[in-house]
Amino acid sequence: MASMRDIKRRRDSIQSTEQITKAMKLVSTVKLQKSKNKAEASKPYFNLMYQTISSILKKSGGLDHKYLRPGTSQKKAVISITSNRGLAGGYNNNIVKLISGALPAGDTYVYAIGRKGRDGLARKGFEIRADYSEVINEPLYRDAADLTLELLDGFARGEIGEIYLAYTSFKNTVTHIPKLIKLLPVEMDVEEEDDKKAHALMTYEPEEEEVLNSIVPKYMSSLIYGALLEAVASENGARMTAMDNATSNAEEMIEALSLQYNRARQGAITQELTEIVAGANAIS
Amino acid sequence: MADVFKLQIVTPERVFYEGDAGMVELSTTEGDIGVYANHIPMTAIVAPGVLKIHESGGVKKAALHTGFIEVLPQHITIMAEVIEWPDEIDIKRAEEARIRAERRLKEHNAENDVLRAKLALRRALTRLSARQ
Repeated sequence: MASMRDIKRRRDSIQSTEQITKAMKLVSTVKLQKSKNKAEASKPYFNLMYQTISSILKKSGGLDHKYLRPGTSQKKAVISITSNRGLAGGYNNNIVKLISGALPAGDTYVYAIGRKGRDGLARKGFEIRADYSEVINEPLYRDAADLTLELLDGFARGEIGEIYLAYTSFKNTVTHIPKLIKLLPVEMDVEEEDDKKAHALMTYEPEEEEVLNSIVPKYMSSLIYGALLEAVASENGARMTAMDNATSNAEEMIEALSLQYNRARQGAITQELTEIVAGANAIS
Repeated sequence: MADVFKLQIVTPERVFYEGDAGMVELSTTEGDIGVYANHIPMTAIVAPGVLKIHESGGVKKAALHTGFIEVLPQHITIMAEVIEWPDEIDIKRAEEARIRAERRLKEHNAENDVLRAKLALRRALTRLSARQ
């Protein structure tokens, strides 16, 4: 059995770890609340954007537009949204696994937002084209718009044939789902039946094609921006859960160690007593 | 006032405005338009300009920079990437931006991006006129 001092040292170290994980949990709870509100505030814009795009595409079924067909290049681009810091459970690893499982490393450029994803993908042999890791600390719509422009530029020059977005979608505080969606060419299930009549009469100023030219980038930016906000919320949610688990594990260990420590102390006292009694007996 | 319609202005960050309006005036890439209720369905792209919302209580102004508008007979949605209420505009900054943009346009050398300067000027002018 380990000595009393060793057990005590171990227990103290776990106790201080527990304090840290507890504090981190509290911090991420507060951050989660904030980022959740932000993510929810951006939902209406995204939903309306989606409706508009799908109604335009619905109306103009056979439209042959440059954003609707794949580019000539075999290369794919993927925006990976992860966090800059660890200690968030499987949050970052899930995205890395998702990307490396779905896209070939040799043919994919990574536009990394978040250091953890960048490093993970670089290790798997992906080419990191650009790094916007600072963005994840405080995502702005402007950042999403800039990234969209850069990607569309690559698409227009024929360097990139397809553009993907990988992020962790925020379902609720405990459920976060890593998602990989295709940004370009725009693909939509045109099945939904919503106010078809109104849209059937829609006129476009200027022409539909030019409207698409202008709206598709906005659509992409809104998707990226929404993904950034959701990812931040998911990150904090994941960290909160991870830290909660860590705290309760630490508590469990402390309990077990306390028991061990008390046993050891008791054992030591009993032994001492036995020795004293034996000593006294020997004298008398 | 004539019929009213529901007006909704959303930005990526928030719902900017929601309410009933009699008319909206704004600039599109095809020219300035004013939209009343029962307009035919239309989608247009916004050009930087002052947005005027005619409500029963008066006229509200906002500086609308980019986005697009979807018009349905009873419902108008403006998807604005950038839009500001007059009291959110820093008039000093806008004035400075105007002067800088004008200067850049005048100097007109190869290094200067004329298109960008023009856009910056447009933005500054929009902000200033929304503030007035």
